[in-house]
Amino acid sequence: MEISTKKNLEVTATAVRLGVIESVHAAKSGHPGGSLSAADILTYLYFYKLNVDPKNPDDPNRDRFVLSKGHIAPGLYSALANRGFFPLEELKKLRQIGSFLQGHPDKKHTPGVDMSSGSLGQGISCATGMALSAKHFKNEYKVYTLLGDGEIEEGQVWEAAMFAANKKLDNLTAIVDFNGLQIDGTLDEVNSPCPIDKKFEAFGWHVISIDGHDFDQIDAAFSEADTVKDKPTVIIAKTVKGKGVSFMENKASWHGSAPNDEQYEQAVKELNEHLASLK
Amino acid sequence: MSDTVKIATRESYGNALVALAEKHDDFIVLDADLAAATKTGTFKKAYPDRFYDCGIAEQNLISIAAGIATTGKKVFCSSFAMFAAGRAFEQVRNSIGYPHLHVCICATHAGISVGEDGATHQCNEDIALMNVIPGMTVINPCDDTEAKQAVEAAYNHDGPVYIRFGRLATPVIFDDSYKFEIGKGVQLTEGNDVAIIATGLLVNEALEAAKTLKEQGINARVINIATIKPIDRDIVIKAAKECGAIVTAEEHSVIGGLGSVVCDVLAETCPTPVKKIGVNDRFGFSGPAKDLLVEFGLKADNIVAAAKEIIKNK
Repeated sequence: MEISTKKNLEVTATAVRLGVIESVHAAKSGHPGGSLSAADILTYLYFYKLNVDPKNPDDPNRDRFVLSKGHIAPGLYSALANRGFFPLEELKKLRQIGSFLQGHPDKKHTPGVDMSSGSLGQGISCATGMALSAKHFKNEYKVYTLLGDGEIEEGQVWEAAMFAANKKLDNLTAIVDFNGLQIDGTLDEVNSPCPIDKKFEAFGWHVISIDGHDFDQIDAAFSEADTVKDKPTVIIAKTVKGKGVSFMENKASWHGSAPNDEQYEQAVKELNEHLASLK
Repeated sequence: MSDTVKIATRESYGNALVALAEKHDDFIVLDADLAAATKTGTFKKAYPDRFYDCGIAEQNLISIAAGIATTGKKVFCSSFAMFAAGRAFEQVRNSIGYPHLHVCICATHAGISVGEDGATHQCNEDIALMNVIPGMTVINPCDDTEAKQAVEAAYNHDGPVYIRFGRLATPVIFDDSYKFEIGKGVQLTEGNDVAIIATGLLVNEALEAAKTLKEQGINARVINIATIKPIDRDIVIKAAKECGAIVTAEEHSVIGGLGSVVCDVLAETCPTPVKKIGVNDRFGFSGPAKDLLVEFGLKADNIVAAAKEIIKNK
């Protein structure tokens, strides 16, 4: 990846993080921790990888993205708004009555959202269905889905994993946001799904492990996935929950709580300082 | 009735899929390792390239179907009612119902007439479960003719559809002149003394009951309700006003099924004495289907007794 491209993505990812903080603060609820850990991957997808057009969000030939870990809707919404699917001002209406930005993604009402999600484990199955449809009806688009590391404790994830490998769905790429934390604590403290790589490997997937905040590694992984034949790919992206906001980093308590006014000011300040350092 | 042709509606389903595939190439069929029993196997044999087996993983089956539907393609998915509506309830609600996707969930082996497999497989709750999902259409065909037309109607519908099929071979009631329409009930006999509103397997029992009642000087109006949601409110209210007493009959729990839906309509519009024939808030058990229908009080005799009792309340 060219240095300028990488720099642009880093700038955009910071803008996406600012959108997360803005929306969750305005809503006084929501899930900032995982939104921030996945912000770089979401930015890469919406600003580099996905064949999507904000002016034609329902294009039948577009690439699909399913946010299987639907609770990080603020991250997805910020990426979509920054990409131009809807105005940035909408982010401040997150979770409010009358807003199309529901607490969890709502396919019917939000431009750019390919599938409603939020009940964990179902998104990867829906993405697998999309990939199967593309194969069966000979469509060229690709399907991507982002899972949480806690989410893969759901049995349905492995039903989907078995199916996607059995049907040789090489047009499907899953990403696991491996930030190591879930609501009740660390993965180990709760019910660890590790080793994640060996599990997917055993289920017949092509496995790539990367640093989920390094755009060179992210790009190399997605490019590698494009070359894999006859099996789906999973990218296990090691990330930091709350990435980019110092007091949120690596704290399970920021999984599903909003910053107060003081914390909001601090978070915005830090992100703006980072933005300035990139320019 | 000994010379009556009998066909299980699950057979009708498999045959209808093949007929539909001859005309349309924009749908695929999914099953969860029960193709031989649900009769999607009939389709699989005719169109192997358009059939995908999800294995014993019904939650994935339902969400896979949802994913296919988002791409603008049509899809039928099948398992037993217990697993499609029961085990995968939340997938049906959140993956299919909430985004209002056009998926045809075709569930077989519904009700007590599953027979020997016993309580774990006898789903008497599926209609209740599917009824409470906003925007879901719930269809319970009574015979081969209606079942086949319901499959085509579901294909042409827009939005989620649940169709309930049975394992037991049952009499063919309608000839080819019958026209099924989603949301429309059908009056099968004339009568103003009592109305018998029946669905699925119990429609034939209701017709038998009406014959017996007629011999005893009671004219019963038999109404077939195939679409339980949205219910045909007009035919139900008209029956209540003109007959003044109603018996509902279904091979499903008396909680949350046709009887409950009819009572909901009448309580708001035209309070009328109602007696519900169904499975009385209990689990099933193993035995031959025909004997179980007797054990659980789902026969014409039970409808006759209920009709005579409810008439006293007019």
